[in-house]
Amino acid sequence: MSLANYEEKATDFGNPNWVAYQTIVRTEIRRFTRIWVQTMIPPAITMTLYFIIFGSLIGRRIGEMGGFDYMAYIVPGLIMMSVITNSYANVSSSFFGSKFGRFVEEMLVSPISNQTILLGYVTGGVARAVSVGIIVTILSLFFTHLAIHNIFAVVSITLLTAVLFSLLGFINGVYAKRFDDVSIVPTFVLTPLTYLGGVFFSIDLLPDFWAGVAQLNPILYVVNAFRFGILGVSDISLGWAYGILISMTIVAYVIAVRLLANGAGVRS
Amino acid sequence: MSYALEINGLKKTYDNGFEALKGIDLAVETGDFFALLGPNGAGKSTTIGILCSLVNKSSGSVKVMGYDIDTDFGMAKRRLGVVPQEFNFNQFEKTENILINTAGYYGIPRDQAMPRIEHYLKRLGLWDKRDNPSRALSGGMKRRLLIARALVHQPDLLILDEPTAGVDIELRRGMWDFLTEINSQGTTIILTTHYLEEAEALCRNVSIINQGEIIVHSSTRDLLATLHTVTFVCDLASPVQSVPTIDGYECVLADPMTLEVEVDKGQSLNEVFAALSAHEVSVISMRTKTNRLEELFVSMTSGGAR
Repeated sequence: MSLANYEEKATDFGNPNWVAYQTIVRTEIRRFTRIWVQTMIPPAITMTLYFIIFGSLIGRRIGEMGGFDYMAYIVPGLIMMSVITNSYANVSSSFFGSKFGRFVEEMLVSPISNQTILLGYVTGGVARAVSVGIIVTILSLFFTHLAIHNIFAVVSITLLTAVLFSLLGFINGVYAKRFDDVSIVPTFVLTPLTYLGGVFFSIDLLPDFWAGVAQLNPILYVVNAFRFGILGVSDISLGWAYGILISMTIVAYVIAVRLLANGAGVRS
Repeated sequence: MSYALEINGLKKTYDNGFEALKGIDLAVETGDFFALLGPNGAGKSTTIGILCSLVNKSSGSVKVMGYDIDTDFGMAKRRLGVVPQEFNFNQFEKTENILINTAGYYGIPRDQAMPRIEHYLKRLGLWDKRDNPSRALSGGMKRRLLIARALVHQPDLLILDEPTAGVDIELRRGMWDFLTEINSQGTTIILTTHYLEEAEALCRNVSIINQGEIIVHSSTRDLLATLHTVTFVCDLASPVQSVPTIDGYECVLADPMTLEVEVDKGQSLNEVFAALSAHEVSVISMRTKTNRLEELFVSMTSGGAR
C-alpha cells in the first residue's frame, strides 16, 4: 500500500477545533466510565449513607426545616454536593493525570486552541457531574418524594455549578505538581464549605454574625438556588445566586484560559 | 528556494537564568533529510520544544513551512509532526485509540482517520497490537507508535528526537528504511540523534549545536571532507606476529588477525596495499574503525581541532 493514498493532510480538513473538542469529550467520558467503580459507585454509596443516617435516622428527631421534612430538605443539597465534588475531581485529576503522564503534550503540539482544550475538559467534568447527580437523585427517591418546583432553575443551576467547579478543578490541575495537590483543595476547602453551605441546615438557624459570614460561601448560593428549584424555598435571593455563579464562572474561565495561554504547569 | 524550517535569532533563557539558546539561526530546505547534532544539554531538545510549543521562547522567530509559529500557529502546527524522545502517550489507552485521538486533535474525523491509522499500524508492525493498551507494548513498539502518531496527520515536516534510542539494530535499520521512504515521498525530516552513524547514513545536511549556539551548518559530505585522518581496520587472511612497517603510515596490530592503518588525507590506500603485499600480508576485508562523523563531532564540541 502506498503512502500516497494518504496524502490528504490535516490542512485539508478545515478548522480542527470542533472535531478536536468532540475527541477530548469522548476521551474524557470514556475515562470516567471505564473506571466507574472509582467514579460512579463511591458517591452513590456515600449519598445513600447520608440519606439513611441524616435523613431517616437523625432526620426523624429533627422534624421539619424550611417547611419540609428534614429528609426532603437535605436532598437538594446532597445532590449539589455530588455535582460539586464530581465535577471538580473529574477535571482536576484528569488534567493532572495527563500532565503527569505527559500525554497532555499530544494536545499542546496539535493545532487546537486553548479554549477548545478547556471546553473539552469542562464538558467531561459536566458529564460526570450530571451522571452522578442523576444517580443520586434516583437513589433519593427511595427515601423521599421529590416534586420539582422550577425545572429551569434545576437544570441551569446544575449546569452552571458543574461548569464552575469543573473550571476550578482545571485550575487546580494546572497548578498541581503532585497527586497530593489534587486532593488538598477538595479535602480542606470544598468539603468544609459544602458542610457549611446550608446542605444540612438553613442559615436562619445561625446567629446574625455567622449568617453574614455564611453568605461569603459560594456553595451556599448553589445549594439554596438548587433547593429553590426542587422545593421552592431558599435562604437567599435567586437573582443573587445566578449573579454570583455566572460571575464566578466567567472569572474562572478567563483565569483558566490565561493559564493555558501562558503555559502554566505545562510549558517551560 | 523554499524552507521547511526557518529559525532566526532564537533565544531561550530559563527561569533559573540558564541560557539554553543564544540566538540561533537555522534554515532547513524543503525535502531535506537533516541532522541536528549536539551533546547533552547543547540545546537540541529546547529547540524542538519551541518548535512544537512545549517550550516558550524568549525571543526570535520560527517558521514551519513558511508559517510563523506565533502569528499562524494553527497552520504551522498542522504541517509539523514530532516524535519526542520520551513516551508521552496515555499508557492506559489502547494503541489504536491513541492514533484516533491524535487524528481528532488535528481535525480529522474518526471515519476518515481509520484507513490511514490502519496503514501506519500495519506499515510499522503494530496492527496486531491495536487493541492492546499501549503500556503492554515493547520499547521498540512504543517508539514505532510515536512515529505512527506523528504521521497520522500527514505532516510536511517531521522532527524526530532520538528516534532509535534503545532500539535494537534490526529494528533501527527498519526504521531507517521507513524514514528514507517517507523522505523520498516529500516529507522533510529533521533528526536529532546520538547515533552519529545514523546521521551519516541518512542525512544530507547537518548542524551541530553546542552550548546554545550552532557551530557547524553544512552538508554531511562537505563536513566529512574536512576530516584529515581515517583509520581503516583490515581483517587479515592469516595471523601476523609483528606490525608491518609502512613508510608514512601509522599501523597498529589490534590482534594477530586485525591490523589498523591510519591514512591521512591525500595519502593513497594503494601504497598501503602495495606495502602489505611486499610484507606478504593479505587483507580479506576492510572497514573504517570509527564513525567518521563521530570523530568530527567530538573534536568540534570539545573545542579541539583536527
